[in-house]
Amino acid sequence: MGYALSLSEGWDVAIGCRMTDLVAAYLPLAIFIGVSMVIAGALLVAPYLIAFKKPDPEKLSAYECGFNAFDDARMKFDVRFYLVAILFIIFDLEVAFLFPWAITFGDLGWYGYWSMMCFLGILTVGFVYEWKKGALEWD
Amino acid sequence: MTALFFYLFSTVAVASAFMVIAARNPVHSVLYLILAFVNAAGLFILLGAEFLAMLLVVVYVGAVAVLFLFVVMMLDVDFAELRQGFLQYLPIGGLIGLIFLVELVLVVSTWSISPDALQVPLASNAPLEGITNTEAIGRVLYTRYAYFFQAAGLILLVAMIGAIVLTLRERAGVKRQDISAQNARDPKEVLTLHDVPSRKGLPESVS
Repeated sequence: MGYALSLSEGWDVAIGCRMTDLVAAYLPLAIFIGVSMVIAGALLVAPYLIAFKKPDPEKLSAYECGFNAFDDARMKFDVRFYLVAILFIIFDLEVAFLFPWAITFGDLGWYGYWSMMCFLGILTVGFVYEWKKGALEWD
Repeated sequence: MTALFFYLFSTVAVASAFMVIAARNPVHSVLYLILAFVNAAGLFILLGAEFLAMLLVVVYVGAVAVLFLFVVMMLDVDFAELRQGFLQYLPIGGLIGLIFLVELVLVVSTWSISPDALQVPLASNAPLEGITNTEAIGRVLYTRYAYFFQAAGLILLVAMIGAIVLTLRERAGVKRQDISAQNARDPKEVLTLHDVPSRKGLPESVS
């Protein structure tokens, strides 16, 4: 079991032993991804080989309820979508910080508890701010 | 086997990172960026850092990439306009690129790994036996690195307030329901009862 970035012999062995079972646990996932890629690739390639082909420029033209297309599909849209997304990411990260804390909660003691409460308090300040500002309301 | 996956992930990651800057269509480059993130998550798994790998998928692929797509769509890139100044800026752009290339070559050619650094992974990996790497992060993040953790919280707060300040606009002509104002209305001020005499109707002053 070679390791690609072997810096020293000892590290290579130490990592290699621990990693074998961890990476082996991911083998079904790798097989799953491989199989899904094969299926997706086959479905992409098969039409080129076996499908009936009769190209026509009309088939590629835009069709919009009988009219020609009025406008480009790529238009600028409201910045409020961006605000919703960025607020989502911030609370997403907050939850991500909660996972290791929840797992080690028993070992951390009061210091770790208040550390997290302080973190949550800081973000609650931001939450109250955005609530009062009306950033969570659509109109 | 691990080496095979390492080379697979790193090759695809580097190739898609190159395509991020080489793709003509900005939406395509965001999709290549997602591919690079996924492969970086695969590299994290090979290193044994499962939690970081999953976090990379959830946060970067799930959220940041969507945000990039928003930005790209809001930019309204006009390619013809972008290419107009190409020749005009070519000399200075080429000069800056050359300087960066020389710097990169100097950095890579004079790089050397300190012998002390080779001993560090051995020492830090030793106590991790028997616990998951999520636990390993949790044991140090909230106590030993508490200040960095609080700094992360403050950065998130600044990001939240900054996004609201930059993008939130008061819109004129929006009618909102204000429930507390509705409940606070006093019936005496808005409602009057009249005893209407038969065949007389209301007096002029009331109606």
